[in-house]
Amino acid sequence: MVDHAQNRQTTGVPKIIVKDLMILYGNKTILRDVNLEIKENEIFGIIGPANSGKTSLLRALNRMDDMTAGMKVTGDIIFSGKRLQAWKNLYALRQRIGVVFPLPVGLPLSVFDNVALSPRLRGIRNQADLQVIVERCLRRAALWDEVKDRLHSLGSLLSGGQQQRLTIARALSQEPELLLLDEFSIAVDPVTTMRIEDVLKELRHELTIVLVTNLVQQARRLADRTAFFLKGECVEINETEKIFTRQAKDPRTMDYVEGRFG
Amino acid sequence: MIMNNITSADNNRRRASADRRNMDWYLDLLVRFLVFIGGISAIIFILGIFVFITSQGIGFLLDRFDIAEFFGSPLWRPTSEEHPTYGALALIVGTASITGFAMLVSVPFSLGAAIYIAEFAQGKVRETLKVLVELLAAIPSVVWGFIGLSIMNPFIIKLFNIPVGLNILNAGIILGLMAAPIMATIAEDALKAVPDTYREAAEAMGATRWQVISRVTLPSAKNGLMAAVLLGVGRGFGETMAVLMASGHSVNLPTSPFDSVRALTATIAAELGETAQGSEHYQALFTLGIFLFIVTFIINLTADIVVRGIRKGNI
Repeated sequence: MVDHAQNRQTTGVPKIIVKDLMILYGNKTILRDVNLEIKENEIFGIIGPANSGKTSLLRALNRMDDMTAGMKVTGDIIFSGKRLQAWKNLYALRQRIGVVFPLPVGLPLSVFDNVALSPRLRGIRNQADLQVIVERCLRRAALWDEVKDRLHSLGSLLSGGQQQRLTIARALSQEPELLLLDEFSIAVDPVTTMRIEDVLKELRHELTIVLVTNLVQQARRLADRTAFFLKGECVEINETEKIFTRQAKDPRTMDYVEGRFG
Repeated sequence: MIMNNITSADNNRRRASADRRNMDWYLDLLVRFLVFIGGISAIIFILGIFVFITSQGIGFLLDRFDIAEFFGSPLWRPTSEEHPTYGALALIVGTASITGFAMLVSVPFSLGAAIYIAEFAQGKVRETLKVLVELLAAIPSVVWGFIGLSIMNPFIIKLFNIPVGLNILNAGIILGLMAAPIMATIAEDALKAVPDTYREAAEAMGATRWQVISRVTLPSAKNGLMAAVLLGVGRGFGETMAVLMASGHSVNLPTSPFDSVRALTATIAAELGETAQGSEHYQALFTLGIFLFIVTFIINLTADIVVRGIRKGNI
């Protein structure tokens, strides 16, 4: 379980570079002085207690701050070699980044339409093509077998765990380069969580994943590198193995992963 | 120490009054009874009104009512000396055409307003608009009728070069403007009831504002929006004063929006005061009332069933 970090091959090319990032809500500083690099095809874990700014960072990566009243982002985020703020078509940017929120969101459309929404937004109209995409995404999200007979019933009527996998399938249907997962297992039972984690391990060959999680063991199971956030500050970024084997650089990280606070 | 004293005194009192019906118990009974009366009063009133208008119109319904004449003849001549006729077709068509025209005006206006307020407007603009829309809904119908009579009428005469400006067009526009605020308010509630997580999920995958609205928000809210439209239709059917003033009030099977018509409600309002109580004409007007009651009841019931659909999550 712990030695897969060695088998992984990240290309080493930075997918995201964050420079001097600061996030404010009104006058309140949520996150300050964040500098980090996320490499292509790695799973980058972010751990930390509540209110440490993890979710705000994810929102900034998708430029959701544009939609959030009062949220202000300063500093630079460079995605695939281009500054996020320099994107002229925000929607095209977002189509390349998949997001999974903490609580599952089954849109009140049929299961099929949920997954076909993003391809349709991109202009794919051909029913046969859509069928192929929907099946592939549902299979990759480990949901196909459970819903293949009721693709046309409402997605919002699925169980919580199924809706979360539907959400993941929807994110995958964007064919994203980057997948942002925000505490995806909060509303999912442990068995389903393990199934989704297996899917994520498969996916990392094709895309880059940022995994925000409250479960430190989940970061240990999945992440190549892990960042520890505390009170709006990025305390440490390190190889996941080091963080979990008492080789963390900062004593606060050690305390957190060993459960002494938070 | 003080806390301990209070606690022990409290405990003693509790023990002493172990099983007695005290004030609180009787007060609870009383409040439950009062609330129950309030709750079923709506049923009592509805039944009472239905029984009343039926009892007033029943004589006509039993003795004189002719279904083919009532729904098939456009001749409403209740005051004819030798041969009165009671054909309500022209009145029904009048009400329906005005309501239909009003919907053409109010549906785009109200949905547009609701979408703007719920999805685009923010902060002060939004609050101001909401208050203004609700204020619009509070304008008395006679004021709308006055606008129809004294502003729309000459305007329509000039614009289309026709002799009379009191017609379906005029009444439809007035009624549409009247119904729009209520429809907008209900439609806005329906849009607000769509969870923000839906919008956020769609935005996050790169949908534009319009794509979010057209593909996620509107489909999610469609039951509420339909209910809003149906309530607008109900309002249109039942509206009296403005329609009486703006429609021209002449019994007529219309062939164009420039024809004057007469509405069911306006007929009752205008004629009831001039009939002898219990006369055939009087009873015929109550029969119109029964018909109106049934139609609006069905419209409102449908709207209610549609709204109930949202709450259950069946979309």
